[in-house]
Amino acid sequence: MIEREKLLTINHLKKYFPIKGALFKGNAGQVKAVDDVSFEIYKGETLGIVGESGSGKSTLGRTILRLMEPTDGEIIFEGTNLEKLRTRQLVEQRKQMQMIFQDPFASLNPRMRVGQIVGEPLAVQKMLTKAERAEKVMDLIKKVGLTKEALTKFPHEFSGGQRQRIGIARALSMNPKFIIADEPVSALDVSVQSQVLNLMMDLQDEFTLTYLFISHDLSVVKHISDRVGVMYLGRIVEIGDKKDIYSNPLHPYTQALLSAIPVVNFENERERIQLKGEQPNPSDPPAGCAFHTRCPLAFERCKLERPNLMKQSSGQLVACHLYEDGTHNTKDTSEDKILVLQH
Amino acid sequence: MKTLMSHGKNINLIVGLLILSAFLLLMLLSFFYTPHDINAMNVANKLRGPSSEYWFGTDEFGRDIFSRIMKGTQTAFFVGALTVSIGVVFGTLIGGIAGYVGGWVDEVFMRIMDSFMAFPGIILALMLVAVFGPGIVNTSIALGLMAIPSIARIARSGFIQHKEFEYVMAAKLIGVKPFKIMFRHILPNVSSPLIVAASISFAVAMLAEAALSYLGLGVQPPDPSWGRMLKDSQAYLTSSPWYTYAPGISITLMVLGFYMLSNAIRDIMDPRSN
Repeated sequence: MIEREKLLTINHLKKYFPIKGALFKGNAGQVKAVDDVSFEIYKGETLGIVGESGSGKSTLGRTILRLMEPTDGEIIFEGTNLEKLRTRQLVEQRKQMQMIFQDPFASLNPRMRVGQIVGEPLAVQKMLTKAERAEKVMDLIKKVGLTKEALTKFPHEFSGGQRQRIGIARALSMNPKFIIADEPVSALDVSVQSQVLNLMMDLQDEFTLTYLFISHDLSVVKHISDRVGVMYLGRIVEIGDKKDIYSNPLHPYTQALLSAIPVVNFENERERIQLKGEQPNPSDPPAGCAFHTRCPLAFERCKLERPNLMKQSSGQLVACHLYEDGTHNTKDTSEDKILVLQH
Repeated sequence: MKTLMSHGKNINLIVGLLILSAFLLLMLLSFFYTPHDINAMNVANKLRGPSSEYWFGTDEFGRDIFSRIMKGTQTAFFVGALTVSIGVVFGTLIGGIAGYVGGWVDEVFMRIMDSFMAFPGIILALMLVAVFGPGIVNTSIALGLMAIPSIARIARSGFIQHKEFEYVMAAKLIGVKPFKIMFRHILPNVSSPLIVAASISFAVAMLAEAALSYLGLGVQPPDPSWGRMLKDSQAYLTSSPWYTYAPGISITLMVLGFYMLSNAIRDIMDPRSN
């Protein structure tokens, strides 16, 4: 692998939400939405984060931007530790990091015109004159595939896909290096999804953007990502290059998740790995490996000891006791495992 | 305008606006013209019934009641407007900051508001009037203070709801200052319940002004006020009932007008109605 430049490093990031107890009882525990997550994002790549709802994907994104204060851990963006910044420096630094939101109806202020929405970042920065601003806004609106008539309209006059384009234009007007896309297409029709995804990929090339792409949709993540991380109950269970994860999933959870992707192939129907039960309550996660309650391959150690992410010979990092030694010959045994899983 | 037209069949809106614009016209007219001098006494004509010369009759000093009702609209609107301005400006500010900032700021602000609410409004008004002297401005300030808590509560709930919306997060990421986020981004989106609350407190303020003037603490004679006229007419209730009808019906109509308007505003601004 070529040594690539790290843009963002996350070290042991934690975000716990206190649960308010009954009157006078104080805190009744905490929800560990993000529980000791570490990874790196390299310049110009797209890291996809997949997981079920409630796995902490969105909280992870918001905590990285310090829209929520992390409970613990480090967020290092281009060598600057965001955790240590004061509010004003943080606001400065955050201009290079923008977000595209899930709900295209809630993410645009319904009482502002599109021109205002897209132009506001420029107005806040106070670097351009009014005429230059208008020109840049015009430029951005065209880049995302809308016309200049859009500028004087209100958000409710647009469809979901168009609104998402407006949200993208707003994020781009800050000239960011890094964009967190939090389920940007899950609220859209499938036909519109691919348009927005392709737009995002085109813009990535044009502006050399780095994406953290959060989604529950495995096919979408496969389409856009270079690397993929799988989250379960606030933890990353497997992370690695897209081709490794999709062709050779190691963690039992990833295997189950991938087997759930619908395929249009009736002759060669895949056996689906059905997980039993539901995701455990994140306020009371199981001891040891969080997945052991549903894992068909769990053994004694899984209930006691939490596995750490370990690099495997096949390239990806996996947090599972099955592969603890790291010298695992992935091809053969994982076939076995899948066989075991199917029974 | 389009939204207004599409609500052309809203009875509340039509009747409310009709009543209020009639009073508004009366008030504007009273600045330039009243049928009689409002303070000109004419003892020979005292307590006359309604006639072509004295439309609503005359009071115990022979003054024209209709002219005094006209002049009284000025008092009513002035008290209402000042009260609502104080209530809305401070209520939105306090409730907005409490809701947006949250935490202990919210606790402190809202507990202060609770203690305001626990205090009977008329008693506070009596106290202020006793300390600073009776008069229309002091009365309005007292009533305005009492209007703050309810508006603050409404503003707070709106701000709490909207601060979690993604458009607010987007504004934070852009680097918009908190004060600007509160009042340029969130406020326009939470304004409709505030407008409804304001129009209701307009009506409440007018009633309260009438009550205070009735107690002799609001508007001082010889300035006309509906509440004061109601009080003065009480002694002649059996002999000259029309003297009571005029201010009584005026107060009722004005309050009704504001309630109908506030209902109409609520219907129009409710997104579910479209």
